[in-house]
Amino acid sequence: MNIFFYIAATVAIISTIMAISGRNAIHALLFLILSFLAISVVFYLLDAPFIAALEVIIYAGAIMVLFIFVTMMLNVGLERKMENKWLNPRMWIVPGLLAAILLFDLILALKVSRTIPVGNQVIQPKQVGISLFSTYLLAVEMTAILLMTGVIGAYHLGSQKKKVMHRFLEKKIKTC
Amino acid sequence: MLTIPLEIQILFAGILFLLGLIGVLVRRNIIFMLMSIEVMLNSAGLVFIIAGSHWKQPDGQVMFIFILAVAAVEVSIGLALILQVYHHYKTLDADAINKLKDTI
Repeated sequence: MNIFFYIAATVAIISTIMAISGRNAIHALLFLILSFLAISVVFYLLDAPFIAALEVIIYAGAIMVLFIFVTMMLNVGLERKMENKWLNPRMWIVPGLLAAILLFDLILALKVSRTIPVGNQVIQPKQVGISLFSTYLLAVEMTAILLMTGVIGAYHLGSQKKKVMHRFLEKKIKTC
Repeated sequence: MLTIPLEIQILFAGILFLLGLIGVLVRRNIIFMLMSIEVMLNSAGLVFIIAGSHWKQPDGQVMFIFILAVAAVEVSIGLALILQVYHHYKTLDADAINKLKDTI
């Protein structure tokens, strides 16, 4: 079992290094998603399958997709060129290879763990839920308030003033 | 099931946290700084999970759920701020946004 942990940890560290040292933001985000997937494999190996699923769904699925969405929104003019670039394999071959390693790692780990009889020492999601809504009820309510402030803040910051004129026309007027 | 010593697991989380810290300190692009903060938050959650699986308690996973909520709020606010900054300054360089800086 230990070798799976080391493989996933190595993939996570390599992809994190690539993510923070990349020049192109989209490439770096791809590597960051891969890093989160590797960490979710580590979570699975650490007997937390529920958290592994949450990591894939919320971190890699929601937060990172939001990142990619905003990053693509910021450089609007480049998308035509980018689309041509995405079709050549040189860009996605390294993340794809690392992701394939991770997939084989997970499949092998699943196969091995099925042969081992799972006792009741694995923490079930039921226990997590009971603990979350009994011991940590106050913290859950505080998190709800935090999410509420997040929604209001994002709405306030994200709303732009209504423009009378199109921004390209405005630029044209400013230049002449 | 894992028989890896606890030190190595903590070391893995520590390396990830350090990478995130280096990213925040070195990169000047705001998007990369936000990404590095995500890495740091995630490694903090990893430590909680490691501790929870070591002592066989559900508290570590509960804490990770809270970290997840905090990360989601932080990302949404941070990305809204990035959009506003880009809208005003037409750049993502953190050093270019120095209007609040005092000129000595």
